[in-house]
Amino acid sequence: MPKKLTGIEIYKLLPKTNCGDCNLPTCMAFAMQVAAKKKALESCPHVSEEAKEALGEAQAPPMRTVKIGSGKKEFTMGGETVLFRHEEKFHHPTGVAIRVPDNMTKEELQGHIHNINQLHFVRAGEELGINLLAVEHRDGDKGKFAETVKEVMALSDLPLLLVCSETSVLQPALEAAGNSRPLICSATADNWEEMASLATQYQAPLTVKCNTLEECADLTAKIKEKGVEDICLDLTGDTFLQSFSNLIMTRRLSLEKSFRPLGYPTLVFPTSHQPFERAAEATACICKYCSIVVLEKGDSWELLPVLTVRQNIYTDPQVPNAIEARLYKIGEPGPEAPVLLTTNFALTYFTVAGEVESSKTSCFVSVVDTGGLGVLNAYADDKLTPEVVIKTIQEQGALEQVQHKKIIIPGLVAVLRMEIQEETGWEVIIGPEEAAGLPTFLRNEWRAS
Amino acid sequence: MAVKLPDVKHNWSHKRNTVTIGATRDAGGTRNHSIQVGGESTLPFYHFEGDIPNPPAVAMEVWDIPPEDWPEPIREPFQEVGHTPGEWARKCVEEYGAECICLRLKGCDPHGANRSPEEAVLSAKSILESVGVPLIVWGCGNDEKDNDVFPLLAEAIAGENCLLGTITQDNYKTLTALCTAYGHKLIAESPVDINIAKQVNILALDAGFPLENIVIYPTSGALGYGIEYVYSIMERSTIAGLRGDKAMAMPILCDIGIEVWKTKEARASQDEIPEWGDANRRGALWEATTAYVYLLAGADILILRHPEAVQAVKTFIKKLMGGES
Repeated sequence: MPKKLTGIEIYKLLPKTNCGDCNLPTCMAFAMQVAAKKKALESCPHVSEEAKEALGEAQAPPMRTVKIGSGKKEFTMGGETVLFRHEEKFHHPTGVAIRVPDNMTKEELQGHIHNINQLHFVRAGEELGINLLAVEHRDGDKGKFAETVKEVMALSDLPLLLVCSETSVLQPALEAAGNSRPLICSATADNWEEMASLATQYQAPLTVKCNTLEECADLTAKIKEKGVEDICLDLTGDTFLQSFSNLIMTRRLSLEKSFRPLGYPTLVFPTSHQPFERAAEATACICKYCSIVVLEKGDSWELLPVLTVRQNIYTDPQVPNAIEARLYKIGEPGPEAPVLLTTNFALTYFTVAGEVESSKTSCFVSVVDTGGLGVLNAYADDKLTPEVVIKTIQEQGALEQVQHKKIIIPGLVAVLRMEIQEETGWEVIIGPEEAAGLPTFLRNEWRAS
Repeated sequence: MAVKLPDVKHNWSHKRNTVTIGATRDAGGTRNHSIQVGGESTLPFYHFEGDIPNPPAVAMEVWDIPPEDWPEPIREPFQEVGHTPGEWARKCVEEYGAECICLRLKGCDPHGANRSPEEAVLSAKSILESVGVPLIVWGCGNDEKDNDVFPLLAEAIAGENCLLGTITQDNYKTLTALCTAYGHKLIAESPVDINIAKQVNILALDAGFPLENIVIYPTSGALGYGIEYVYSIMERSTIAGLRGDKAMAMPILCDIGIEVWKTKEARASQDEIPEWGDANRRGALWEATTAYVYLLAGADILILRHPEAVQAVKTFIKKLMGGES
């Protein structure tokens, strides 16, 4: 939520004449209605321009939302409203960018982009992949930068970061990027005027890089005056701990203090070359508010956990995490395989599935649609009743896949057993109360006949 | 002219509890050193606004029976020592740098090897004899059996100031009384539920156990398997503790190896899922990354299995404690 003005603060901006032209008896009553967003400030015919401006500023979100790129893969960042995910949720997942240095040979470049294009995983029904490419100018041939940008754009449709501090090298690259709105990295105290005019000319968002947050704030204000509004802050410090502190301070400044000069999305270049350390830095950036984290090329075993951290931390804590309710096969279940029943709360399902996998017993798992509730909550909410269980098993056809008529229900809802049994003639077996008990249960207690 | 930034440092009114585990000879035990966890006056690694007197501690897991169902990447390093807890622990400490050993009494499980309380005592003793680091002892999880094993065990290791667990809201009386009688610290377990977490602490307090001697275990999910629920509960607990909720100011323990090495991401071979890459490093990194996430949420003790994960997590802790040049 943007920091709102209170009724009292709004009252101070009003003429305080109690004229009644707004159809409310007093200015105070009107101020309260404005604060509650039930009346617009414009309903007061006498309100000053100054008051309108103050209120408009206060109503603007405390952190700007900035977009990079165009089309389907356009990347949105910023616009965050809370410090902790349990307070509401984190809105725009951290973008993972991969470095593309401009000193590669054509073959190397093609191989590199090809590998990045291959990096995508499906987890819990969601596609995870790389979001951005950071084309970097290294020392050497100046013409190579624009050339690399051109080639990268031919090979990939991911939005770009153009990492280059020399405006003369950058301009041809921006020209090559056309209207694709790459993120320019970065404006510094030395080059900001030229960088700001390039950003304006090519309508591209601009990163600001300084040694301290004070200098950053100073520079964003100047750049904003030049008409550049889509700004991103490079908060990479001398040490990783410095980057970490910068990320936290910036988030607090923008959200708790509505400090506009730092109310922008952020990015960090982790500096470690060791894959485990790099993954650690990326994890900390994701957990602690970073909008873009730029990594070197990583192997899939390195990126899979990093992308999973992002998926988990950016899950909306207010929405029950549900999976599709259907019949799942774990392993290669045959006609003798057990049929387990569970709910479609993702955590419940993944826990059950994990235990079944580690038990090495192939199973059918019939997942009941409980609206994303776990076993006990679903039972309490009448979403896991004998009728629902019977209907689910019948509709999903679990018992048509096997030669027995047995179903295993969660131990926590043992109470459902008799009614299901009487209604259907199936044998209803009480499973363990916790998924962790499944391997032992399946090993010792399950018999198909 | 530089802009002046508004001050955003929070002045938290309270500190989280400090818990000491392990007793040296001076303190009546036989440990070479003890470890302290907790005591922070701010959120994890927010050095700019408060004190973080103790780095989180990394423990390695040892079983009282050979770890036969462990997948290759974590079974291989312990191949030679898996049948003797003392040797296993020694390898963890001397070769892999474990700061603490967690003995899990897996063999006591009545549905498994069903080892006797006397055998559990021998396992714990052999670890205490072969290493000088503090010891955590974790029951087999069967309430009845644990209540059978711990009376003998807690007495046999009296004075060593071990961390014993776990108590739950349904089973806390026996172990709480034992920890009081023999001077051990207690792990209070709750099922990913902040209210129950608090409740278990209060039950222990009502049974006469000081809150200052409790470490909480809010259940640990692996990365990709509900970690975000635990993450938010840990953040909420930490914040509540810093704001003065005495029943929520305990250091937090995360039992990571056991969760991670159940997952497909850690177990699947490269032949099974080629697009996930090298299986050994993937599993180790899945474990390390799970630990990284918990460190950021406020973990004080992390129990791990893979040597490379231990190494990586220790390196990251050092970096977050300001030990990076």
